[in-house]
Amino acid sequence: MKTSKVDKKTYYRGVAMVPYDLLKEVTIAMIAVLGFVLLLSAVLSSPDVPSVTLQSWSKADPVDFLTTATGELGGSTLVATYGPPYNSGSAAVQSWGPLAPQSWAGVHVPVNAPNDFVLEPLTQATVGDTGLASALSTYRAASGDQQQKWLTNYTTGLGNATVATDGTVNVPSGDYGPVSVLMDRMLTLARSGGLDALLLTSNHFYQTDFTRPLLFLDDGGYIADLATQQKLIGSDWGVMNETGRYPGQAWLWLYTMWYQIPPFNSDTGFLGISTANTDLAVVGVMLLLTALLLLVPFIPGLRDIPRWIPIHRLIWRRHYADMRRQAAADGRAAP
Amino acid sequence: MTTDERPPEVAGQAPLEALPIEEDETGWTASVRRRVEKTLPITELLPTKQPAYVGSWVYVFGVVTIAALFWVVLSGVVLAFFGSAWWHVSSVGHFFNSIHFWSVQMFFIFMVLHLWGQFWGAGWRDGRAKTWMVGVVIFAISIGTAFTGYVIQQNFDSQWIAINAKDAINSTGFGGLFNALNFGQMYGLHVMLFPIGVTLLVVLHIIQVRAKGVVRPIDDPLRVAP
Repeated sequence: MKTSKVDKKTYYRGVAMVPYDLLKEVTIAMIAVLGFVLLLSAVLSSPDVPSVTLQSWSKADPVDFLTTATGELGGSTLVATYGPPYNSGSAAVQSWGPLAPQSWAGVHVPVNAPNDFVLEPLTQATVGDTGLASALSTYRAASGDQQQKWLTNYTTGLGNATVATDGTVNVPSGDYGPVSVLMDRMLTLARSGGLDALLLTSNHFYQTDFTRPLLFLDDGGYIADLATQQKLIGSDWGVMNETGRYPGQAWLWLYTMWYQIPPFNSDTGFLGISTANTDLAVVGVMLLLTALLLLVPFIPGLRDIPRWIPIHRLIWRRHYADMRRQAAADGRAAP
Repeated sequence: MTTDERPPEVAGQAPLEALPIEEDETGWTASVRRRVEKTLPITELLPTKQPAYVGSWVYVFGVVTIAALFWVVLSGVVLAFFGSAWWHVSSVGHFFNSIHFWSVQMFFIFMVLHLWGQFWGAGWRDGRAKTWMVGVVIFAISIGTAFTGYVIQQNFDSQWIAINAKDAINSTGFGGLFNALNFGQMYGLHVMLFPIGVTLLVVLHIIQVRAKGVVRPIDDPLRVAP
């Protein structure tokens, strides 16, 4: 008879049974865990570093903010050229050989960086601001080449910009066209907190989707600098960490580990895996490993490891000692 | 009523004497009841005896994982009740967040220890492969639950984790379906769908363990009469 088919009574035949109080055990476990958790909570608390806003960013690092906003308007940032699911770009599209799920999935969270991050918020802020309305009209009426020329000049000018004590950014004079007005208003809007709200604007009242402001933040250098200070960037084991001296998502250690080793962190790569498709490759490896873990009971070799490495002798130490004593008493060889 | 008096029969109903005994009852309900009674009688669901070999420290990790999950859910219910911003502005709220935070940490530590214990004891033997597989699925969904919890904290950690994680999710083609930057979606998944999934699967896992019993030690052959 297969052991998997026998009833529990038969399965336990010959096994010494001992008294057991399930509910008492569960209750003790509950109280013990709660006590430990309360102690940790009282002594160590939990991390809560305030979030970055476009307002705090524009006040703390206005030049970085303006450089990013100019890049968004010119369509040259990572998000502007990202690819699916945001737009039809290709800057962040990953594939492995013929496997290109990101491209296959297509655009489902449309983001038009120049329009969504700059032009639309500014358009909504034109009420009572004829200078801004005029600058927007001029910019929109200009040719693409002219727009790029103004943006390039302004970006170059930002490299020599100075920040006054009141937070005003002074860009050396140059041929910026309407861009200097647009960016001046962007900074004013951001510093007032208005841009945080405008990036959440939609055609319905309630809003819970922070995709646009987070992508805008992601394009800047400010949030990355803060993350570097907190040792949260990829080379510091990235997303499994969190601010302060807290454990973070320690259970992601294996996932994060792959990002630290070749070929996943190599520019040249191996078997088509490199920094160009690290995310896709790491997710693929983790899916494979998860499938292996799931199917351990059916995979010869893998399922035999516990028999080969006898840690079970420690787990059931007393049981095996009892078996040896019983075997000795019966004159049999111990298992 | 005297012994000779019988209740009047209701039109269309069989007299009580004519009702089939329980074993003969047909229908979906009776069938399910018989299956449940056979698979998991109350004596197995709430046992008062267990095999002596279960007296190993390894078995503690299973029950403390469940205990930690209980406190995770309870503290999560409190946090959900008062709203997502509460714990940022209230010291009591922050303390409940800390309870939630450390319960989750304990839950994962105990769960991983339980998983390793079951691996080295080859807990899938003797028809227990499904129990192992449900456990692995619980582990995987728990990671998803914790991730969604991290990205709805509404602080710097949630911003940075969401920004970083989006690239991996997008690379798989699921970025449109599972948008880590969409707070509303992540919140719904974290406080509702994922916890329900984990809890139901944990209940199923416990039923599987109680129904089948705890696997015998390796090299302890089952002596079944031929």
